Amino acid sequence: MLDITQTPHQGTTRRDRRAGAALGDPAILRHAALAAWGKLDPRHLVRNPVIFVTEVVAMLVTILAARALWLGEPWGFQAGIAAWLWLTVLFATFAEAVAEGRGRAQADSLRRARSEAMAKLLLRGDDRTLWQPRNATELRPGDLVLVEAGDLIPSDGEVVEGIASVNEAAVTGESAPVIRESGGDRSAVTGGTLVVSDWIVVRITAAAGSTFLDRMIALVEGASRQKTPNEIALDILLAGMTIIFLIAVATLVGFASWNGEAPSVPVLAALLVTLIPTTIGGLLSAIGIAGMDRLVRFNVLATSGRAVEAAGDVDVLLLDKTGTITFGNRQAAAFLPAPGVGERELAEAAVLASLADETPEGRSILAFARERYGVEPMALPAGAKVVPFTAQTRVSGLDLPQGSYRKGAVDTLLQGAPGEAPVAFRSAVDRIARSGGTPLAVAKNSRLLGAIELKDIVKTGMRARFDALRRMGIRTVMVTGDNRLTAAAIAAEAGVDDFIAEATPEDKLAYIRRAQAEGRLVAMAGDGTNDAPALAQADVGLAMQTGTQAAREAGNMVDLDSDPTKLIEVVEIGKQLLITRGALTTFSIANDVAKYFAILPAIFVASYPELQALNVMHLASPESAILSAVIFNALIIVALVPLALRGVRYSAIGAAALLRRNLLLYGVGGILAPFLGIKLIDLLLQLLGIA
Amino acid sequence: MSWIGWAQIALVLALAVAAAIPLGRYMAAVAHGRLRFLAPVEALIYRTAGIDPVRGMGWRGYTLAMLAANAAGFALLYALLRLQGALPLNPQGFDGLSPYLAFNTAISFVTNTNWQAYSGEAAMSYLSQMAGLTVQNFLSAATGIALAFAVCRAFAAGGVSQLGNFWADLVRICLYLLLPISLVLGLAFVALGMPQTLSPYVEATTLEGATQTIPLGPAAFQVAIKHLGTNGGGFFGVNALHPFEGPGALAAALQIIAQQIIPFGLALTFGHLVGDRRQGRALLAVMLGYVVVATGLIYGAEAGGNPLHLAFGIDPAQGNMEGKDLRFGLPLVALFTATTTGASCGAVNAMFDSFTPLGGLIPLFLIQLGEVLPGGVGSGLYGMLVFALLAVFVAGLMVGRTPEYLGKKVQAREVKLAMLAVLVLPATILGLASLSLVLPAAVASIPAQGPHGLTEMLYAYTSAAGNNGSAFGGLAADTPWLDTTLGLAMLLGRFAYVVPVMGIAGALALKPKLAASTGTFPTHGPLFAGLLAGVILILGGLQFMPALALGPLAEHFVLAAGRTF
Repeated sequence: MLDITQTPHQGTTRRDRRAGAALGDPAILRHAALAAWGKLDPRHLVRNPVIFVTEVVAMLVTILAARALWLGEPWGFQAGIAAWLWLTVLFATFAEAVAEGRGRAQADSLRRARSEAMAKLLLRGDDRTLWQPRNATELRPGDLVLVEAGDLIPSDGEVVEGIASVNEAAVTGESAPVIRESGGDRSAVTGGTLVVSDWIVVRITAAAGSTFLDRMIALVEGASRQKTPNEIALDILLAGMTIIFLIAVATLVGFASWNGEAPSVPVLAALLVTLIPTTIGGLLSAIGIAGMDRLVRFNVLATSGRAVEAAGDVDVLLLDKTGTITFGNRQAAAFLPAPGVGERELAEAAVLASLADETPEGRSILAFARERYGVEPMALPAGAKVVPFTAQTRVSGLDLPQGSYRKGAVDTLLQGAPGEAPVAFRSAVDRIARSGGTPLAVAKNSRLLGAIELKDIVKTGMRARFDALRRMGIRTVMVTGDNRLTAAAIAAEAGVDDFIAEATPEDKLAYIRRAQAEGRLVAMAGDGTNDAPALAQADVGLAMQTGTQAAREAGNMVDLDSDPTKLIEVVEIGKQLLITRGALTTFSIANDVAKYFAILPAIFVASYPELQALNVMHLASPESAILSAVIFNALIIVALVPLALRGVRYSAIGAAALLRRNLLLYGVGGILAPFLGIKLIDLLLQLLGIA
Repeated sequence: MSWIGWAQIALVLALAVAAAIPLGRYMAAVAHGRLRFLAPVEALIYRTAGIDPVRGMGWRGYTLAMLAANAAGFALLYALLRLQGALPLNPQGFDGLSPYLAFNTAISFVTNTNWQAYSGEAAMSYLSQMAGLTVQNFLSAATGIALAFAVCRAFAAGGVSQLGNFWADLVRICLYLLLPISLVLGLAFVALGMPQTLSPYVEATTLEGATQTIPLGPAAFQVAIKHLGTNGGGFFGVNALHPFEGPGALAAALQIIAQQIIPFGLALTFGHLVGDRRQGRALLAVMLGYVVVATGLIYGAEAGGNPLHLAFGIDPAQGNMEGKDLRFGLPLVALFTATTTGASCGAVNAMFDSFTPLGGLIPLFLIQLGEVLPGGVGSGLYGMLVFALLAVFVAGLMVGRTPEYLGKKVQAREVKLAMLAVLVLPATILGLASLSLVLPAAVASIPAQGPHGLTEMLYAYTSAAGNNGSAFGGLAADTPWLDTTLGLAMLLGRFAYVVPVMGIAGALALKPKLAASTGTFPTHGPLFAGLLAGVILILGGLQFMPALALGPLAEHFVLAAGRTF
């Protein structure tokens, strides 16, 4: 017998990871404030063209301010601009550091699980008494190791012999142990997890440094973070816009010299930095890191950011019926009385027959009777004799003084019943069987009272979720081994768009290929080895942590909770990531309009004082106008950090409605917000007597 | 502004749209190669030229064929212009053009710009007009339309590498589209009083007894293709202001319609070719919306008059009539101006130099926005599609999917090429204009003082890079520096733009066409049209604001304050 009562040895509990670090965790903010300085290294910043240009410009203005100071010229305004340009860069690096900081705490706890493992390397495959200690980092794929109760599993591998309960809290956050055994779909073990009872022999499958745990650490830390395809495209757009505005500002020297003096370099620098998309440039990597982090908090690991983006693009969701759409166990769904029997009479008989039945089916009958007919289950009456279920009779029940109550296989109870079974009863039983349910007969003193319909119940709320998915243009497809009729009935009840009945793994693969040929992206969840080809073919393959190694490698995401329903949330997280990026890009670009109104009248005030007519915000002075625009441009980055990390709210209202809402909020809002912000900063500067 | 004026504008626009609807469908048939009524002629051309019309070309092949055709066109036209003194059909005995002017003019007509640093009646022989300039009017227009067809095909199908056959497209567009309509249009212009003759200029004695030379020539049919192909190069120096090139209001209305029908129609052709007509309508709505707004702004600014003129006691009801002809009236001048600059045509029937500062700002800004409103024949559509891709990319993320336009994912490669294309205009216009404002040799060409002088220079490079060809006026353009750099601007504006666009087409054509769903970003309807209009303004226009602030905007506020230079 397996002992699964041990307390978890180490690792975070699931609650810890879910809650994660709050947005304003002071420790993370403190650490990020320091780390932000380190990221000022131009070699690091060059990956981010917008912020890199800002840094170069900040250096230039700093030098000019220092020169003015040295020559005894007025330097305060230049120093002010330089300072705020540096702050713009710092705020951007700070945003990235905060996003990274939230993953670091998790990485640290994971790293502890990895480091101290010592392996018992088997010298001969057939003798598990012959082993020698070996450091986990020295193991090679193909090595056989013995892992006994209390040992950490040294590396990823496949159980080849034995059965054990394993605490996988280190990777899943779930402290209840799970069974791992050779053969079948539960043979994969993860390095860093703890065997809490019994023993197993594991064949190592991962080389040192590339285990699941290693990848997970790299992932939550963002160390191996590569730009996703969409991020690269956005970077190009931002770089292009930066070049365009560089041209616009640089050529201004020639234009302005036509009729007067060219504006000074610090003023041109201010114009340039406020026009290039610093807001989204500063927040872009934070958004990406936070998106991955949201997935990790949700206990799903994606092998790449690419997969997260693909999740947002999915058009078809393949969902297994059992366990995903339905609970996966049979429950009472209806009482169908025989002719001449009242529904309540049947319900009471069913309750009595099930009183001693501790199976989930039996419990569900009691629950259903109470819910539907108000029949309260009583304590087992004295003198009652329990008739247990046996494989021979396939009937169970209770003998009471007032009679004997039985429920069970229809055939058995029909044989015992006197006379011919009523036609109505037979047809009811047939109907239940046809619709995918299981009929149970109920009898009192051998008299047939009716039938109980047991069926696999669709989880509550599934229909609403499928409706929401449909509004976002995502088709849901139920995959089941049931026959067509049964599948159709459950599909209709659950509200899915399509189903694959009597599904084989090949059917799944074929369905995915067909959908992809029609230009759709497909997501699916799976755990078995025979799911692997379909998982690999799907655009998003969510493998279960409890699944086989083959499945885990074929998919591009692993769900540590092994809950296939989460595929739906994964899609939502993918969408949220893309929406956040788009919203902040739109906001950032829309901001430019107001900045023109602030800066243009100010920089040409010497040549054309009449252009003050464009100073619609009535900013107090040219210096104040320019400084206010630069300050707004820097502060807006900090102000948007929480939004970048948390993500823009996503709701399934359809693309057109979503677009309308977000365009209004971030497009129109992006045009208006800086008018207000710059004016406020200008007023504040007046109040402080700075400009 | 008056209701009658607006009614005129509305009527002309309605006629143009009404004509564009069937034309859009017809052009789709041209693109598909479905028209056969000139099949023998077509077959003869293919046989003579050794063209296999069914052989598809990838984007590189198509682009190279286009570049080769245009290079050959440039060489022939350059030679013709240089040698015209020794060639026939030269009754006035004009000499060959200078190397600078010939270079500038040849590029100008090959790129569909038709910037003219010369005056037709004082420099061009009839042979140069007909065999040189008019031929290029057809070829440059057909080139633009062919490129637009190729780009449309990239959106229409999934997973293909071929975009059609450039030579076959060129032949079909000339045979089935440009020639027939030009014939009808040319006859109409003859009927309205334009000359079409090879006889020499006429000497006339005026009432005062002075002698006047009245230039003539084969004008009517050249003017027809000049408008239809959004070329814009006038037969006569003052373009449609000349009584023989713009005989009256009716001819002006017809010229406006001729400029608009193909660009408007191509937007609808796009809808036909991609199998969703709503997509074409959305693009047309944006084009039409901008034309209406721009016309209204010009009309309003000019009707408001010039405050300095009004100070002299001129009747304010007249508006600003300097540089305009009474036979057209303000509304048609406003619509003509918005159309010719929005449509990359460049024909003019008023002198922009004399417009109020805001009235002059609008045509300038319309060109800077990328010549997509509605843009030149073909070039307007593919330019609009670049903006559509960028609009989809920026805002499309906000529906939570990788942005896609018509089922084609917009990814790094497309964005890179689109940004390269979008960079061409600001780099060329702002770079060269800014440089020319500090180079003494260039500055000498500017007669005007103050912000107006800056506008003149900015306009010249804007017009050249935008392949528009209209002149603001004032500038002495036939100098080695301006001839050369404006020629360069025209080259960049045409070919540095279209090569990346064809690259996008090549990349998009290869991609699978994804199925649309309710989760897909909708690219039809008012929401997308509004978004697209905003993106054109922000991504296409904002970078020009600093320069504009020092030009027309400064002039406007300075004028309002009563300051002159």
